[in-house]
Amino acid sequence: MDLYATELMGARTYDVAGNYVGRVREFFIEPAEAPNRVSHYLLSRGHFQPLVAKHDQVASVAAGKMELSVGERALELYQPNESWLAVQKDLLDQQIIDTRGRKVVRVNDVDLTPFRTNGNVELRLTQVDVGLPGAVRRLLQGVVPSKVVRKLQSKLPQSAIRWEFVNLVEPDPMRRVKLRITHEKLEDLHPADLAEIMEDLSAAERQGIIASLDEETAAAVLAELDERLTTQIVEKMDPEKAADILEEMAPDAAADLLADLSKETSEELLDEMPGQEADEVRELLEFDPATAGGMMNPDFVSVGETSTREEVLDWMRGEELNFDQLDTIVLLDGSAEFSGTVPVARLLLAAADQRMTELKMEPLLSVPANADDKEVFELFDKYNLRMLTVIDKDNRPIGAITVDDVVSKLVKG
Amino acid sequence: MNWEAITSKFDRVRTGETDLQKKIRGLRRRLTLLLAVVGPGLITSNVDNDAGGISVYTQAGAQYGYALLWSLIPMTIALYVTEEMCARMGVVTGKGLSDLIREEFGFRSTFFVMITGFFVDLANVVAEFAGVAASMQIFGVSKYIAVPLAAMLVWVLVIRGTYRQVEVIFLFACILYLSYVFSAFLAKPDWLMAAKETVIPNLHLESGYLLMLTGLVGTTIAPWQFFYLQASFVEKKVGPRQYPQARADVLFGSISCMVIVFFIIVCTAATLYVSGHREITDAAQAAQALIPLAGKGAGILFAFGLLNASLFAASILPLSTAHVICEGLGFEAGLDHKFKEAPIFYWLYTILIVVGAGVVLLPHAPLWKILIFSQVGNGIWLPVVVIFILLLVNRRELMGEYVNTMTFNIVAWVTAIAMIALTLVLTYTALFQQSVPPPP
Repeated sequence: MDLYATELMGARTYDVAGNYVGRVREFFIEPAEAPNRVSHYLLSRGHFQPLVAKHDQVASVAAGKMELSVGERALELYQPNESWLAVQKDLLDQQIIDTRGRKVVRVNDVDLTPFRTNGNVELRLTQVDVGLPGAVRRLLQGVVPSKVVRKLQSKLPQSAIRWEFVNLVEPDPMRRVKLRITHEKLEDLHPADLAEIMEDLSAAERQGIIASLDEETAAAVLAELDERLTTQIVEKMDPEKAADILEEMAPDAAADLLADLSKETSEELLDEMPGQEADEVRELLEFDPATAGGMMNPDFVSVGETSTREEVLDWMRGEELNFDQLDTIVLLDGSAEFSGTVPVARLLLAAADQRMTELKMEPLLSVPANADDKEVFELFDKYNLRMLTVIDKDNRPIGAITVDDVVSKLVKG
Repeated sequence: MNWEAITSKFDRVRTGETDLQKKIRGLRRRLTLLLAVVGPGLITSNVDNDAGGISVYTQAGAQYGYALLWSLIPMTIALYVTEEMCARMGVVTGKGLSDLIREEFGFRSTFFVMITGFFVDLANVVAEFAGVAASMQIFGVSKYIAVPLAAMLVWVLVIRGTYRQVEVIFLFACILYLSYVFSAFLAKPDWLMAAKETVIPNLHLESGYLLMLTGLVGTTIAPWQFFYLQASFVEKKVGPRQYPQARADVLFGSISCMVIVFFIIVCTAATLYVSGHREITDAAQAAQALIPLAGKGAGILFAFGLLNASLFAASILPLSTAHVICEGLGFEAGLDHKFKEAPIFYWLYTILIVVGAGVVLLPHAPLWKILIFSQVGNGIWLPVVVIFILLLVNRRELMGEYVNTMTFNIVAWVTAIAMIALTLVLTYTALFQQSVPPPP
């Protein structure tokens, strides 16, 4: 039968001869050895130094009682060990990330399943309890007999998370390595989900997670995160790492982020970034955030208006473009001035030798960089746009505003 | 043709900016920085002047005139010191007070803090709705209309509004407290005397006076406000860099709260005390008594202030309580969840409003007893909460360099012990003498 951490805490422990040794005050998992096996039990003995029982020294475990398969003399004195995960201290009452449910939850109790091996009993951590049953146990254990508690909790709705889906949050990087905590599972989540999870965590925990993600994921998460949190995170980060992450971000997102930082920090980060990316961002920073220039992304796809569909497709295959987000192509005339836009769908259906200029979308729309953001919103609304080209005073395209820029600007108000 | 290849050939448009424009932008930026943070401290301190509080201030002025005004300065300090610690914890850890108690002190401690909090806050909610009923009666509206309407208003405001909208409404409610300033001016007080009594301590060693003093402290510093304050800073995502602004917000809030208390006491002292109406026991009676003394305007402004304060607190308390309890115990909380996702949160919230408003509507509701219970409850709960705060704020692994300094600790502990001692006295008398404070 399964056992709960609450029932094991305080269990009276006897050695092989039936002599009382002490009470279980804490127990540990050693992730480097086995990811879910209870490896050590801390036995407290009042004034004496506490002892440690290993997993292969336990003969039986039940609620409130544990029997060892060795004599008391075989037990070692307790020495704190950073690479052990303490169930009571590190897990109970703490927040964890439920990677399947994609949310942050608080641990009420831990479920342990006994396994028999070579005459010993090993406990394996199977799931963490985050619902009412665990809460009731925590409250009543030791006050009311275990049987009554079990009966009561069986009537309550269960809410537990399997141990495989539990992601611990440990802000200390050294300890994280020792405990073998990785955030691989988090990297599989959608950046927007991960950003939402991070908002529920403490400042130090957020910092810890961002630090352990790869730069690409970190950049995607930072772009989704509430800007007030983003600035806090970036300010605390090692500038070199922060610059690496900024490099992965779209220039407009990076500029938005830097605009919220202090002048010195943002200059420092720009200096760390490679020249070309830094220049792009610097130029964007010159624009007032409430104008078309402040909303645009300088990375857009542009081709000459006289090129044919086939030429354009050939060129596109050779470029590293963000095809997930690409739906409009900008056309340039002979003097590199803005001449129109072509939606990708039109390109798709065009004949191979059709010229881009024939596929142009009507009406011909563009907006100057210093146009008010309200004007941009109105254009998007009126013409049902998905993309709008931003031009400079010589009618040359310098960036593009996409519908997602408009949505996020509107949502942030 | 790749854009990047030709981009370097062109001069980019630059938004030309003069020095003046830059200066204005810098100033605007700094103001925005401050405004982005301001709110929690101001709202929390002001909501503290709720129905129960205003009743006590009224009695203090009516029974002792200006003689208790000096206590406002030490009280401002006490309020600031305690609130500042919560603000700091919220800003540094990014976690609510109940979260921290849970993580550092375990489930059982949290459970008892939360369950006590629930009943104390429920009694407070009843007191707020009683305040609504009493003030609307002065305007000639029956409580059977006023209270359900108020409950509905509170419900709609919170369920329909976003955090930002609600905050703007709350900040507006803070401004409405100024009605007490106007009614104080209408009462034509002796300003010189009031100023003198404010700066020169004037301690009478007489039991009635001491009890009134205790009552002032007990109602001004309510334990639930610490949870609300810290949660608001977390919700606003204020980080350590904005801590100076957060601290300014708390300081300004504490001072503005006490300024309002000052005017309430001055107003009642100049009228009720001077003319011998010293038997006043609550704010609604005071408003009524003010009409013949200082004119209809003063009375109506006074009643309006009470209505505003009661509604304000009634909007914040149930929501904050439900939030705090669910967060501490690990249940889903927040209005961005559907009922099915966060049933406990919505049940708690509903119970607090329905029971709170319902009790006031009972024909023979023992409102006086409930008011006493809410004060006693605050008194019992306060020491526990303040001690938790002090223990948490001194944990270096939690607060890092932001732990209390030695000096701050001394001030904080002295404040805490004084507050605890005073509220225990208040609790004792409330329990055993059945009147807080007794008429002289």
